[in-house]
Amino acid sequence: MLHNLSIGELGRALRAGKTSSVEITRHFLSRIERLNPALNALITVTAEQALAAAAAADGRRAAGEQGPLLGIPLIHKDIFCTDGVRTSCGSRMLDNFIAPYDATVVTRLKEAGTVMLAKANMDEFAMGSSNETSFYGPVKNPWDTRKVPGGSSGGSAAAAAARMAAFTTGTDTGGSIRQPAALTGVTGVKPTYGRVSRYGMIAFASSLDQAGVLARSAEDAAIVLAVMAGFDPKDSTSIDTPVPDYSAALEEPLAGLKIGLLREFFDGLEARNAALIHDALKVYRSLGAQTVEVSLPHLPLSVPTYYVVAPAECSSNLSRFDGVRFGHRCENPKDLLDLYKRSRGEGFGAEVKRRIMTGTYVLSAGYFDAYYLKAQKVRRLITDDFRAAFAQVDLLIGPTTPTPAFDIGAKVDDPITMYLNDIYTIGANLAGLPGLSLPCGLVEGLPMGLQLIGPHFSESRLLNAAHRYQTATEWHMQAPRGYDQ
Amino acid sequence: MSDWEVVIGLEIHAQLATRSKIFSGSATAYGAPPNSQANLVDLAYPGVLPVLNAEAVRMAVKFGLSIGAEVARRSVFARKNYFYPDLPKGYQISQYELPVVKQGSLAIMLDDGAVKTIGITRAHLEEDAGKSLHEGLGAASGIDLNRAGTPLLEIVSEPDMRSAKEAVAYMKKIHTLVRYLEICDGNMQEGSFRCDANVSVRPRGREKFGTRAEIKNLNSFRFVEKAIQHEVARQIDVLESGGTVVQETRLYDSDKDETRPMRSKEEANDYRYFPDPDLLPVEIDEAFIDAVRATLPELPDEKAARFAREFGLSPYDAGVLSASRELGAYFESVVAELGAPHAKLAANWVMGELSSALNRDNVEIGDSRVPPVQLSGLLARIVDRTISGKIAKEVFETMWSEGKTADAIIEASGLRQITDSSAIEGVIDAVMAANPKQLADYRSGKDKLFGFFVGQVMKATEGKANPAQLNELLKVKLGAGT
Repeated sequence: MLHNLSIGELGRALRAGKTSSVEITRHFLSRIERLNPALNALITVTAEQALAAAAAADGRRAAGEQGPLLGIPLIHKDIFCTDGVRTSCGSRMLDNFIAPYDATVVTRLKEAGTVMLAKANMDEFAMGSSNETSFYGPVKNPWDTRKVPGGSSGGSAAAAAARMAAFTTGTDTGGSIRQPAALTGVTGVKPTYGRVSRYGMIAFASSLDQAGVLARSAEDAAIVLAVMAGFDPKDSTSIDTPVPDYSAALEEPLAGLKIGLLREFFDGLEARNAALIHDALKVYRSLGAQTVEVSLPHLPLSVPTYYVVAPAECSSNLSRFDGVRFGHRCENPKDLLDLYKRSRGEGFGAEVKRRIMTGTYVLSAGYFDAYYLKAQKVRRLITDDFRAAFAQVDLLIGPTTPTPAFDIGAKVDDPITMYLNDIYTIGANLAGLPGLSLPCGLVEGLPMGLQLIGPHFSESRLLNAAHRYQTATEWHMQAPRGYDQ
Repeated sequence: MSDWEVVIGLEIHAQLATRSKIFSGSATAYGAPPNSQANLVDLAYPGVLPVLNAEAVRMAVKFGLSIGAEVARRSVFARKNYFYPDLPKGYQISQYELPVVKQGSLAIMLDDGAVKTIGITRAHLEEDAGKSLHEGLGAASGIDLNRAGTPLLEIVSEPDMRSAKEAVAYMKKIHTLVRYLEICDGNMQEGSFRCDANVSVRPRGREKFGTRAEIKNLNSFRFVEKAIQHEVARQIDVLESGGTVVQETRLYDSDKDETRPMRSKEEANDYRYFPDPDLLPVEIDEAFIDAVRATLPELPDEKAARFAREFGLSPYDAGVLSASRELGAYFESVVAELGAPHAKLAANWVMGELSSALNRDNVEIGDSRVPPVQLSGLLARIVDRTISGKIAKEVFETMWSEGKTADAIIEASGLRQITDSSAIEGVIDAVMAANPKQLADYRSGKDKLFGFFVGQVMKATEGKANPAQLNELLKVKLGAGT
């Protein structure tokens, strides 16, 4: 069962000549063909290019190359520009957009020899927490197809959980990797802001967006992140600091590790969900870590702060979609204004429009100080709270989401309730911190996520802590019923 | 004197002479086929990001240092949001609250020779927009994004100017300065140097400014002067007939010589400025500033002062000769050959014959058909009295048209000046003998006839008699009979 193998195991099989990239690729492509119709996790399947890339990877291996991702199949979130392949960002606006270049993340993974199988479904322009805002329809959660997989990297999460690829890429602006990872039972890493290049990743909120990985274990995620991460001169906000050997640090002991339990994350959390987190803390204590309770008093302000900052940036970032140079253009515009209005009116969905309008409002003369400027001040306070907490503890821990996956359609008409789904994840984005979600149990048959947040550039520590937990437990080995077959 | 006082401030846009654009690697050369210098960043493709061109920052700092301004240790790029087809991102990246250059000043010389200091509020970096093309495309419009992303330095003055002439003097001074600094080619036809003028009037003696109108996109010194003059007259008309000036943006129509309001749609914008999250704040340290300072050339005012001091030139002449680095260099080369004592002669010739020839044939001084060493060769023949100044002008024309040296022309055409007193005396004698009536009249008191004799001798010698010697000898000879 190739699809149940870890990246390390696939690599060993490839090195031993027991299988080939072409064989692995064929295997995953046939799973995609069988499973995707029920899940709608993918927007575009690139079977032909995948087989060519797999053959090329096998050729590279035959020539003596060895890299850990050589010949390994992946699925990219459809937010990453992929040269010659439609890059829709989940929007009608870009339904016809064939990207003319590769995002830096895509280039790095391509150079490492990965094989792209498909582009994953997502909330439109990454705006959503349930993958219901996609122009291509909602993604179903493989654990229960009546449930959402979370969002915005819902397709990436569902595809990883359904074992359609060895791993998938995602982006996280307010929780868009960690929340769907939690709701689909996979391990998702949102790195430090600036750790991974944003070049070629279609912008939602530039000061918050960060690319990351969804995989079946921290061990796999470590291998992928080591390739994705690193300075990129094309992204002025990427940071030029060395990328540590994440895999080498996985086994480090946790003795003496100080873990802070985020008090604010337990306010209003259901008892059985809280119980899973407390079980996880017991595991950590048994591994030698100390746990203490810490408080981040401004953290409850993160949702309103986020819903000022992110829409403000998105309202400006999405101005380039004007029907002039690429993307959707309305039929027979009668003048310039008509071209703008109808192209954008037709091209964007309701949630995107809501955020553009909100963002335009908070940046407008007379409202700027009260909203945008104030939000930036609160953002600073939240960042300071985290800094103070990390003076006391090495990592923070809490749930990734308040509840497991909810029903498709349940919150779609209630944006505020929907936005509150990201209450535990947004803080890390506002402060630019790395966060990781890993499966920590099931509630009524649905996975729940445990979230770890660390100081800037502590990915190595986060992956190490997650891996040690996954060595001691088996939650990450659980597959949705039937998907390990 | 008018009862109204004019108040003018200028916003000058100088296109920085970087090889590539301010946020992308595309070339900035003028006149390339449409969209041949627009890459994915310039086209604002999904996912692309801006990367600041350090050269543009260096140039802005150079400018700041040259006007004694404060160079901000930290400046921030913001987004100015509006929709227009020549603005691919839907926002222009510009410095808003925190510009790179703050509070400098520049001295200008007024017509009466007085010096006035004009305050410069700020200078900030921003990107230019593309161009909409409407000709030859039928009902459609085209967009050329070659210019999109070209770096601009916007130089904002205080409202310190009190006449159109002052505004032009200031704009010319900035024009000189940016070319000295080699940060802008100053080409106004190509739009590399242009300005917006804020114009208002107020009753003389009142402190409060009147309501201003902004005249956009003036791309010649003449248009600046005429547009301001027109606008001042218009505002005074409005006020004197009991109306009020409306704060608005106006365009100058050079064909009709008038300003008129831009359509309100083009200006009714809330730009929703906010810091661009794709770019980090620009941090500038002392070492960077020192390194830039070390590259500063001698500035126009410094050069003018030196010309006046070293060569005894008038402030006016020193100002003219330092108006461009090339002109100053030409002048100095001539003086170096000729010797400092003859600097005034060199100055007169560079500002006179040479400048007229350059203007007439529309030649840049760097391409002058008479290079400095040749001009000094000509002037040396005046100094050693081989030829007169008048003959020298003819020789210069031949040098200009035929490219020969002064000496070759003088020899070939026999233009060598007659400085032999006995030879001149001989001609004088012959002229006196041939004109007895005029001689008698002169000797009976008609002094004005002196010129007649000078003319006759010059005619007889084909202008080659040394004028000073001729004057002296003629006085003696004509006076001898009385």
